[in-house]
Amino acid sequence: MWLWFHKLGSPPHFYRTAGRLIPWFAIPAALLLVAGTLGGLVIAPADYEQGDGFRIIYVHVPSAYLAMFGYVAMAIAAAVGLIWRMKLAFAFAAACAPVGAAFTFLCLATGSLWGKPMWGVWWDWDGRMTSMLVLLFLYLGVIALRGAFDDAAKGDRAAALLAIVGVVNIPIIKFSVDWWNTLHQPATLSKLSAPSMTMDMLGWLLVMIVGHMLFFAAVVTLRLRGEVLLRERGARWIRGVDGRA
Amino acid sequence: MREFLLMDGYWAYVWSSWALTLAIMVWLIMAARRHHRRALLEAAQETEAPLPARAAVKELS
Repeated sequence: MWLWFHKLGSPPHFYRTAGRLIPWFAIPAALLLVAGTLGGLVIAPADYEQGDGFRIIYVHVPSAYLAMFGYVAMAIAAAVGLIWRMKLAFAFAAACAPVGAAFTFLCLATGSLWGKPMWGVWWDWDGRMTSMLVLLFLYLGVIALRGAFDDAAKGDRAAALLAIVGVVNIPIIKFSVDWWNTLHQPATLSKLSAPSMTMDMLGWLLVMIVGHMLFFAAVVTLRLRGEVLLRERGARWIRGVDGRA
Repeated sequence: MREFLLMDGYWAYVWSSWALTLAIMVWLIMAARRHHRRALLEAAQETEAPLPARAAVKELS
């Protein structure tokens, strides 16, 4: 086990392993996303209050999960990089940031598109929405900070610090609907014992969430291979690398 | 079919949400592939670049 872990820390070994992993994430992701789209748009019954407007949930909730999950993963990797000085951990954090930022933007945009017909407003400065916007700025800050240094190692460390400090925003996002009176509805999925949705709606949402997670894993792994190459420029093992992405 | 496309009158919101999601996912895949290709190209160029002057001096001595 330790030998495997140690080998995974070697950039050439990791690069090859990551390349083999991508189809294992991408193919199930594609299948689940197609099934989830069919289920969410066609099979799941309409909501008794929101009608077919509720179907935005099947893209909004998975992007919200990924926005937060991506940030926590990035911050853990950043901490590992700072503590154990692992190049691969910094590369992972760098690969997570743009993908997480894209899903945060998607969460805000689809939330806004859902808010207009249901609440009558595109945007409200309530706890959930504002903390999600702060998350987007944190992602953008991490990306900008990493790029602001000529020395990549310094950029990695500075971005890692910001990523770690920003984790404080995650519980704020999660509990904002409980702490403050907001337009946003309370959690739908956190209480799996008694979810606020019936199973014929919830099942497809879970399919979409798992599909999105696997999609996130595939894209981050692909970006991570690029990050490894950028950090290993000039290394001999790169001569033998196959160019397929 | 028409009923399905109209989405209870919420068609503009529902379809734009799904279209935006699809567009961003496709963009993420393209951007990741471009990022990897560019990194591969840069890394390969640097690997094949001639050795710096210091190495040449070593060879002479």
